[in-house]
Amino acid sequence: SYQSLLYRRKSSSIKSRGSSKGRLSISGRLNTERRKSQMEQRRMEERKNLISCRQWKAGARRYMKRLTDDAHTFLSSMKLWRSDIHQIEGMFGTGILSYFSFLRFLVALNLIIFLVMFCFVMLPMIIDPHPIRNVTYNEHQGILINYHEHILDLLSGEGILERTYLLYGFYKSDEIRFPMFTYKLPLAYLLTTLGYLLLSLLWIVKRSAEGFKRHLIKDEDRFQSFCNKIFAGWDFCITSESAAKQKRNSLLYELKTDLEDERIKQKMADRTRKDKCRIYFLRVILNMFVIGVLAVCFFCIYAATTFSQKAENRNKKVNFIVDLIHEYLPSIVITLANFITPLLFSVIINFEDYSPAFEIRFTLMRCVFMRLTSIAVLLFSLWSQLKQCGTDPCSNQKLCNCWETRVGQEMYKLTIFDFIIILSVTLFVEFPRKMLVHFCKCPLAKMWGLQEFSIPQNVLEIVYGQTICWIGTFYCPMLPAICTIKYFCIFYIKKLSLIKNCRPATRPFRASSSHFFFLGVLLIGLILACLPISISLPSQACGPFSNYNTSWEALPAAVEALPQNAKNFINLLGSETFAVSFFVVTCLAMFYVIALAGAHKKVINQLREKLVMVCRLDSLQSEGWPVKNPCTEIFPGFCVTGGPGQTLPDPEAVSGPECPSGQIHTAAPQSQQAEPQLPHQLLQQLQ
Amino acid sequence: MTFLTKQEILLAHRRFTELLEGDERNHPNPRVPMDVILTLTELKSNPFKKRICQVFSTSENRDGSLTFEDFLDLLSAFSDSATLEIKSHYAFRIFDFDDDGTLDYGDLEKLVNCLTGETADTRLSSEEMRQLISNILDESDIDKDGTVNLSEFQHVISRSPDFVSSFALFLFYPVFSVPNDAILHCFI
Repeated sequence: SYQSLLYRRKSSSIKSRGSSKGRLSISGRLNTERRKSQMEQRRMEERKNLISCRQWKAGARRYMKRLTDDAHTFLSSMKLWRSDIHQIEGMFGTGILSYFSFLRFLVALNLIIFLVMFCFVMLPMIIDPHPIRNVTYNEHQGILINYHEHILDLLSGEGILERTYLLYGFYKSDEIRFPMFTYKLPLAYLLTTLGYLLLSLLWIVKRSAEGFKRHLIKDEDRFQSFCNKIFAGWDFCITSESAAKQKRNSLLYELKTDLEDERIKQKMADRTRKDKCRIYFLRVILNMFVIGVLAVCFFCIYAATTFSQKAENRNKKVNFIVDLIHEYLPSIVITLANFITPLLFSVIINFEDYSPAFEIRFTLMRCVFMRLTSIAVLLFSLWSQLKQCGTDPCSNQKLCNCWETRVGQEMYKLTIFDFIIILSVTLFVEFPRKMLVHFCKCPLAKMWGLQEFSIPQNVLEIVYGQTICWIGTFYCPMLPAICTIKYFCIFYIKKLSLIKNCRPATRPFRASSSHFFFLGVLLIGLILACLPISISLPSQACGPFSNYNTSWEALPAAVEALPQNAKNFINLLGSETFAVSFFVVTCLAMFYVIALAGAHKKVINQLREKLVMVCRLDSLQSEGWPVKNPCTEIFPGFCVTGGPGQTLPDPEAVSGPECPSGQIHTAAPQSQQAEPQLPHQLLQQLQ
Repeated sequence: MTFLTKQEILLAHRRFTELLEGDERNHPNPRVPMDVILTLTELKSNPFKKRICQVFSTSENRDGSLTFEDFLDLLSAFSDSATLEIKSHYAFRIFDFDDDGTLDYGDLEKLVNCLTGETADTRLSSEEMRQLISNILDESDIDKDGTVNLSEFQHVISRSPDFVSSFALFLFYPVFSVPNDAILHCFI
């Protein structure tokens, strides 16, 4: 809830209260005399029953719970930017909050990746007791390095930066001999790469699992979406009038959207054959147009990359600005394409006549495809240049000698340019727009209005940046550190822009369903990042893998050096017998889990039907039919009723759902020892 | 019995006595009228403030006035550690505008209007309202009698992930009034 986070109560002992076992219900005025005597009776029994062992167990449980809750509170208070994010949530809601917490997640991820790379790859080289720094192929020595060259080198990753830890070419392929042991740098490089990819995968899956569980439950209850919004829609913690107004607006908007979705679904179901043919034909034409546009963009990127590589190969320094443009040409073309295509897609989708929710998703899918494929096209164009190496005498010398460094430089340039673009758009587009809207009196400016913070486009931007980071880390090991700093700065830039320049979105963004979507897009980027590494052929002139034919050869070479037992064990792990049996065991586990889920669903349906029957029998009873006791008939042994002379329930027994009753005054909250349990809790006990 | 801690009860007492007039403070069991209760910041912006007061009020003429015990009941039902059953019970009573024990079309219509706003341009049209309420009844009315009774309501609420966290109310510590001994501690 918005405001409750802003005004956190000082007493933190709230959460440390244990379960409500032993707690009686509130407001004695609701209890009748009968219940008061029951309570006293139960209390005496409780005192008798609680022997010291049970007391100690209960006390220990409470202590552990308090300890874990305190630990959780402490850990969450240590999170980066906690107060900033609370402030944003209070002002703009949970949709925009999801963007900023996603950004925080990426900062943490990049930092961890950099630490891993640093510890296992850079640190051994830094503390190498016998450093041999071979001169790399790139000859810049003896040439006067003037000021412009420095800046150009810094921006393009060439020159002096090639002789630093930044790029792949600097790392050597020999073993590092320490006094105690030898450290195989190629193996470490390969394993660290695999390690950070695996770590990213696990962390993303863990994050999306939390959202996925909630998404699945919500999916199950899609039939209940209206009830959720109406009965649980209002946040009672809201205290400011403006937040209340915003909540009302967002609720109204959501209800209207949902009702409209339903109406549109109805309309779509009512379409005639002729209408359908017309619409499908239109959709095919528009999709072909979209594919055409994408093809043109990809061709432009390919041409720009080839031109840029050729221009660098010539090695003629024309002019600072022109050189810079030559260096950054692929980045410029990619950014332009990524800017124009979303606008085009959002115009086209209006003609395709989909439902509103699907429209948003489909446009996003197209934008995602555009962004990730543009990176793939860049890599492909570099690779096609590489293929010419052996055959073409006029081929790019620098590229052929140490192509990994070139790729690393391209990724570095993309990252830097991305950051510059975000900064300049905020400074030179959003701020002037705000000035214009505030100080200019013309109606056009008022109509244009303030910038709206478009969450999907912003998230795609940072996913794009993160994909480049993953691809580029293999070729440019310091890229995660650069990305950490970049995202750190972007957080403050975006926060400032949000607070100063943006107005709250007219279409409230559904954070829960899209949280899962954004993590899914991130996963696609991760898979794309795995491809270049898996099909790499290392260059022989530089880098850790110059002694091998493929980078994967470092693994078998290391296995060979192990003692015989370890070798046998690893061979066993790699053999077919192990793979097949592991696969079979995984399949069995999956079948078991699927069967369990099916059983759960069945039991829930059964319970629901029983509940219906209880309701019906109860309404019959209230009409005077001779129905004895609906609850105990349908749920034998489970029910707790307040009838006179009824034996008190065994405290260990399961208690069923509260007996439904039509009259409100007799349906007071029952005071029982075990709390009335919800269907899923019942289910757990039935297992 | 209550779900509040001792500290929360003390805070509630402090806030309650702030609402009383000078002479009422000496009364053994003062009763605060509804419009004074509604000046509390925690309730001011709540669209259900009147219903909340009416539900927790124990006065004979059902005018929504609260004694301190009623006030504690209110805070207890809305506190973090109240059970889902308690909360859903009181939510049902709050949403039942005509106090007849079921949520029928009129109750649901008033509920939706409270949520979306009272002015004419923030309400749903009557067609949309009809569609919405028929959807709600489809989802929650198990025995198909056209109304939602308490058990159906509780069944729906138990499947809702947001209910417990949104049906909660906390009293704030008054920002500028510091206890005297705390001031002393600052200077020592």
